[in-house]
Amino acid sequence: MIGAKRLDRRSAKLLTIDADGGMRHLPRTALASLFSPGDLVIANDAATLPASVQGIHCTSGEPIEVRLAAWVSIRDPMRFAAIAFGAGDYRSRTEDRMPPPSVAPGDRLTLGPLVAIVERPLADPRLFRLRFLGDRATVLAGLARHGRPIQYAHVPEPLVLRDVWTRIAANPIAFEPPSAGFALDWHTQAVWRRRGIGFATLTHAAGISSTGDPVLDLRLPFDEPYRIPEHTAAAITRAKSNARCIIAIGTTVVRALESAANADGSVRAGDGLASGRIARETRLRVVDAILTGVHQPGESHFELLRAFANDALLDQLSPAFDQHGYRPHEFGDSMLIERGCRLTPSPTSAQPRVSIPAPYQSKGGSDRLF
Amino acid sequence: MPTDLNLRGLRVAITGGTSGLGLALVRLLVVRGARVAFVARTAATVERIADETAACGIVGDVGRKDDIYPIALQVTGNLGGLDALINSASTLGPTPLAPLADTESEELEQALMVNLVGPFRLTKALFGALAASAREGRGSVVINISSDAAVNAYSGWGAYGSSKAALHHLTAIWAEEAKAAGIAFLSPDPGDMDTPLHAQAVPDADTTTLRRPEDAAAEIVEALLAALPSQAAGPLAVQP
Repeated sequence: MIGAKRLDRRSAKLLTIDADGGMRHLPRTALASLFSPGDLVIANDAATLPASVQGIHCTSGEPIEVRLAAWVSIRDPMRFAAIAFGAGDYRSRTEDRMPPPSVAPGDRLTLGPLVAIVERPLADPRLFRLRFLGDRATVLAGLARHGRPIQYAHVPEPLVLRDVWTRIAANPIAFEPPSAGFALDWHTQAVWRRRGIGFATLTHAAGISSTGDPVLDLRLPFDEPYRIPEHTAAAITRAKSNARCIIAIGTTVVRALESAANADGSVRAGDGLASGRIARETRLRVVDAILTGVHQPGESHFELLRAFANDALLDQLSPAFDQHGYRPHEFGDSMLIERGCRLTPSPTSAQPRVSIPAPYQSKGGSDRLF
Repeated sequence: MPTDLNLRGLRVAITGGTSGLGLALVRLLVVRGARVAFVARTAATVERIADETAACGIVGDVGRKDDIYPIALQVTGNLGGLDALINSASTLGPTPLAPLADTESEELEQALMVNLVGPFRLTKALFGALAASAREGRGSVVINISSDAAVNAYSGWGAYGSSKAALHHLTAIWAEEAKAAGIAFLSPDPGDMDTPLHAQAVPDADTTTLRRPEDAAAEIVEALLAALPSQAAGPLAVQP
């Protein structure tokens, strides 16, 4: 059953790409034997909300699907930025869905056991701010009963919550799964621990990855709140001072760490807000390597990789994926890209890094997003 | 009942929280200042106990696979993390108690689902939250309520006893595996208590010979605290 939705973890593949463009094809279980003592792996331990909620737009009487897409403020669990979809479900590609009823401030939505009020539109006709009626426990109970994880047209069977929580999932604040984390299991962590490879986490509220609307997609990713624990920041400082590698599990970890980066490659612990995109011109200050899914040029996850590797190297990826039958998407195979850092035990550990200006932007201060 | 607030900030989830030992644990932990979420099947009872104790009530059946992650979502979403999970929800199997040769296989399966597979699933779903707490230096602990029927062969207790024996061993193995991640596992035997479950099993028992569930709950809370890093190390002093 799981196999149809989610790749069998034991059969998953891993493509590793070193800083010189050298590629290796490995079973993903080989992750446990990569990296060197003192290196630090950092993952996003956010659990995923059942952020897709079906219901009725009371003013028009029309069906509506609301996808919770971002927090208004992480401290206010009743308010969300949301995207409206019309009739239909995940079986239609997002691009082919009926347009949603048009919503106006004050409109009421009945979403199964939940009731939400449209507060105000946000920059796009389909994007608006909503507020659920009730307290935190009521909203969570309603979402637990009636909400579904955001679905993907490429996954034929409906996904339920257990399909989208990674093994390390803790606090439910993500809107889509931090899917690179599907590659992690407890066995791998135990082997890393024995080998002296560090493991730490941060919690980053991964937002919606795609809306199917090209205009709206230009606004993605929305600003995403994150929290970096003190002990994670301390572990980064230790690894950096010993010239060891920082390996990010997934793009959300890159966003959070680079957003919290100090000039010396250490990071600020605590709460922050990641905004903007990581791209070709971003100068990475913390992360030396990224484990991510199999993505194609043009996808936002792929474009982020341009901060790690040049176009000539990235151009080789698609043919390699095709030739070796790599499976794409959130539940597929994985790749590991390093930049100027050796991932396998080797006498020359830290190599000089390419230095490009334009540090990644972060917002401090206000926690209000929408 | 002790009224000190030395558990302030401890985040605890309890299954079977509206009856017997589970209810006694909810009440005691709330009084001692912990932040508590409890799980039980019946909405009206959950609401009543939530109103009485001000703990967070979650409606769900740990014996049902599809309820597990929705329960985990509400536990971590309401408490903002988790330091301790107490799997207390239990079922007897056939009632009145029956010899194994008269036990329907569906009754044995049901006992295994609630007493063994349910705790396994819920612990797995919450393992990430428990490990996160351990990484923060707060430690974390899973307590699976066992029974002397897990070790002694009592006639008529086949479904219950074999499920608790399996739970006891599951706990022991998990304790070994999770030690390095900083998660402790315990499966205490609270003894024969004056609870609705015991009354179902032994309707004519002399209740004056049975333990009060409140006393057993106090012992379990002490065991829980002993399994966590000392207060000086931070876990109970932290107010999230």
